[in-house]
Amino acid sequence: MTEVVATSQTIVVVGGGISGMTAALEAAECGRQVLLIEKTPTLGGRTALLYRYFPKLCHPTCGLEINLRRIKASRNLRVLTLAEVTKITGTRGDYSVTLKRSPRYVNENCTACGACGEAVEAAIDNPYNYGLSKMKAAYLPHAMAYPQRYVLDPSIVGTPEGAKAKAACKYGAIDLDMKQETLEIKAGAVIWATGWQPYDAAKIQPYGYDRYPNVITSVEFERLADPHGPTGGKIARPSDGKEAKNIAFIQCAGSRDENHLRHCSRICCMASLKQTQYLREAYGEAAKSTVYYIDIRAIDRFEDFYKKVLGDPGVRFVKSKPARIAEELQTRDPVVHGVDTEGYHRYATRHDLVVLAVGMEPSVKGADVPHEIVADSSGFIESAASGGFFAAGCASNALDVNRSVQSATAGALRAIQVVRKSDRVEA
Amino acid sequence: MGAMNEQALAKYTNNFLREVEERVEEGDWVKMCMQCGVCAGSCPFGPDWEHSPQKIFMMIRAGKRDEVLSSDSMWMCTSCYNCVVRCPRELPITQIMHGLATYAERLGLAPKMNPTRKFSLQFWDNCTRTGRVNELKLVLQVYFRDGFVSGIGKFWDMRATGLKLLLARRMNPFELLFPHRCKDAKGIQAMLKKAYEIEDRRKGFAK
Repeated sequence: MTEVVATSQTIVVVGGGISGMTAALEAAECGRQVLLIEKTPTLGGRTALLYRYFPKLCHPTCGLEINLRRIKASRNLRVLTLAEVTKITGTRGDYSVTLKRSPRYVNENCTACGACGEAVEAAIDNPYNYGLSKMKAAYLPHAMAYPQRYVLDPSIVGTPEGAKAKAACKYGAIDLDMKQETLEIKAGAVIWATGWQPYDAAKIQPYGYDRYPNVITSVEFERLADPHGPTGGKIARPSDGKEAKNIAFIQCAGSRDENHLRHCSRICCMASLKQTQYLREAYGEAAKSTVYYIDIRAIDRFEDFYKKVLGDPGVRFVKSKPARIAEELQTRDPVVHGVDTEGYHRYATRHDLVVLAVGMEPSVKGADVPHEIVADSSGFIESAASGGFFAAGCASNALDVNRSVQSATAGALRAIQVVRKSDRVEA
Repeated sequence: MGAMNEQALAKYTNNFLREVEERVEEGDWVKMCMQCGVCAGSCPFGPDWEHSPQKIFMMIRAGKRDEVLSSDSMWMCTSCYNCVVRCPRELPITQIMHGLATYAERLGLAPKMNPTRKFSLQFWDNCTRTGRVNELKLVLQVYFRDGFVSGIGKFWDMRATGLKLLLARRMNPFELLFPHRCKDAKGIQAMLKKAYEIEDRRKGFAK
């Protein structure tokens, strides 16, 4: 696995979410050598954790499956999971990239039969459900995981639990002696598809995400609606597991705010509109959504979807950024306080659940990338002084899946231009 | 251009926003408000005054000069700064409110009977006269604001506290006749006079 051959014609793509997969595939299908590096044990990134896409409300598995098939079919593309870039030196057309590979403790023999998962008893927080549930310490990340292979959490390696997993495996797939490795590879261009992370909602003090169990984030709500999620698709409150039928969606939770994220995260309006329809789907006439907003930014064609939701009698729009959230002591119901802009009416409205439409922040802030890089004031990557770096998807800006894919294709094209030039120099 | 046209033009040219930007302290921030409503909802006095900061800023932009300057809202601000720390655009809302109050007072448009306005004027007069706050005088002024009988009533209610303050030497009855003052009260008054002059010149207040 580790004998990765790369030359200065190779394009390295950092990050295996929808953007990284697309950029890598587009370049590979143009006949370029591509190395796709992913930090976690699986490709798919945050797209794999969505329940539905907007505006057509189709399932992300569809788009991911097509890409996974393309990856399996491509001879020019190699994928390294559990790998991180630690250092980059050199210039455009001639980079030297240092990678750190963490051990998976499971080799290629794995058939994803699940015997190790059954044998192991230790449980860890499930990051694929944003910590809303636990999972076994020998796990398959999710149903769409690629490679479709189990992973052992480092916490059980060297313990009796690790030995149990090894004993349960019929295929000799578990290798507890795997070690962390460092490798150095050549590359002509690097595409950063490092994606995004939800803004830490606990920092928005007046909304009480850290204090009230029934205040959750939009990414967590996405998991609640998903049949593969922690509740098996039941939209329930974290405090008592009761069905949440009256839900407040609070827009710009962290975005467009000088105290938090300066930029508009662009996807949250559409995401909340989409999520009101999850509620409708689950509870029909009993579903009551309230969207608190400054202004709804349903860009270009999405206006149609916005109009459709506006016509839904189960969805109410309140033009106001709530000032604070309180909690009823007995019921633990969140109460949203504020003043609306259309008439300046003071309100204090009780809901079953509050969903904060949290902003997107770049998961690798410009400054953390191990090479000189130019980032904007929000940390989104713009370029590098050496000229061979390109950003794709949410590493470059707050984008939805559709626009991430467009951005990734553009990134691939620019990277191809660089390695084409180094072709000619050597020829 | 016909008279009708000029009338319409005058109606739609927003002179008041420009006036606020030029003459009110921190007034040039008003245009940055995006009407999200966080300040209005965060204000602890919110339900008790007529116009929230959010509404005041919109009224300024709508050119409602008289309504804004005669509003009691700016006088109700207690400077808790809740709105300032929460404002997503970092507007210095508290400062703007005080700026508006000061400006309304200078133009003589502030609500005459507003109790916080009265108190502000009494406090300012009290502390600029000697360069030190005369707490005894200030308290008496506040107590007897609503007439002699009501003042005696308040005095009686607070007698235990007053006695304790007296025993702890936190209150000196002779202050009424011989107030303590700073070393150079005249100097302070001259300084303030000069400051007013400079402000008048900079902000174009005609003398």
